[in-house]
Amino acid sequence: MSVKHSLLALLERGPAYGYQLRSAFESATGNTWPLNIGQVYTTLNRLERDRMVEALPENESGQRPYRITDAGRRQLAGWFASPVQAADRPRDELTIKLALAVTTPGVDVADVIQRQRTATLRLLQEYTRLKAAEDHAELAWLLVLESMIFRAEAEVRWLDHTEAVVARTDLPAPSPFAAHVDQPETEILRENR
Amino acid sequence: MTVLQLRGVNRVHGAGDNAVNALIDTDLQVAAGELVAIMGPSGSGKSTLLNLAGGLDAPSSGEVLVEGTVLASLNKKQLARLRRRSVGYVFQDYNLVPSLTAAENAALPLELDGISAGKARGQALAALEEVGLDAKQADRFPDELSGGQSQRVAIARALIGERRLVLADEPTGALDSTTGEEVLKLLRRRCDAGAAGLLVTHDARHAGWADRVVFLRDGRVVDSSAPLPGAETLLEGAQ
Repeated sequence: MSVKHSLLALLERGPAYGYQLRSAFESATGNTWPLNIGQVYTTLNRLERDRMVEALPENESGQRPYRITDAGRRQLAGWFASPVQAADRPRDELTIKLALAVTTPGVDVADVIQRQRTATLRLLQEYTRLKAAEDHAELAWLLVLESMIFRAEAEVRWLDHTEAVVARTDLPAPSPFAAHVDQPETEILRENR
Repeated sequence: MTVLQLRGVNRVHGAGDNAVNALIDTDLQVAAGELVAIMGPSGSGKSTLLNLAGGLDAPSSGEVLVEGTVLASLNKKQLARLRRRSVGYVFQDYNLVPSLTAAENAALPLELDGISAGKARGQALAALEEVGLDAKQADRFPDELSGGQSQRVAIARALIGERRLVLADEPTGALDSTTGEEVLKLLRRRCDAGAAGLLVTHDARHAGWADRVVFLRDGRVVDSSAPLPGAETLLEGAQ
């Protein structure tokens, strides 16, 4: 997640100081990604250094608002204009787990899939419940919630698909590691002794 | 209160070497106010379960009860009456009678039950209003309604009168994503208002509206999910 671009996007609404930025970010995303206030100030400092925002004079309460600059606006426009790259997303633990499940002796793959599907469906039920309760919610928050709903749905569909593929396939016994790859002969001799 | 109950239900098609166990040792309860989703790959027994629940098919062993009545204890006439009075269906392709208006379609089960046309129409208009269709839309014919509106009429028809059990077989299958969701939301609301719903779907997002999701595989219930308490804690994991 790009805190930098999120702050630029919020400042595009108008000048604001750290705490305002944090609460605006959290209300836009339904508190899904809590933002550390320290993180907000570090990012603002860096943005100021890079001339993407400029600090305004402190108000009476000693809070310093920031304003987006033209350079910041260009940066923001570039962010909205470019798609999120697959590499920017975190590695998916579930994919790795299933890839290992089909190659690990003695693992009941169908069971792994079923447990995951139940858990994901529960999550889906809860997201749906949240959504049903928020009939007049802010559009931004609804969008975040729906993104999680669709992601959970995709995961269930992928699990269904994987289950069918695994059921059709005779899983070969994974081949054990070769005993002496790239090991100098002398070492093997020494080990055998 | 339990509206639908399956006790140790088995359904075997064919006999001897050709016997196929479509449903094995299945127990299921759906209470008033509850929406239960059935999921599973094709051939897993979803439709068999729905047909048994609605009395369209009879179990090879075990019992199906609707509002406390064992279906097998009824003769043909009694079963037809119970189906007419207690059970409503919603299908993927709406199954509305094309020559009848929305109100007439919704009133059909009441008229078949001998209720006067005037009284039936009054109830139909009320049922249509509950699913968000006004008096003007009530007098339209199915070919003048959108898919979403047609499915609303089907839900109104399924729950008209005293009927409290609605069996829905892929009700959103023919609808686009947002319209399908509106229909599910409506089904959810009708269940919150006291109906018992059994929903067959292959769509996890739609199953998300259910209180419980039951998985079938090869005729068996392999798992059943109930919602977790404390939805607020869930979002922490989403970062």
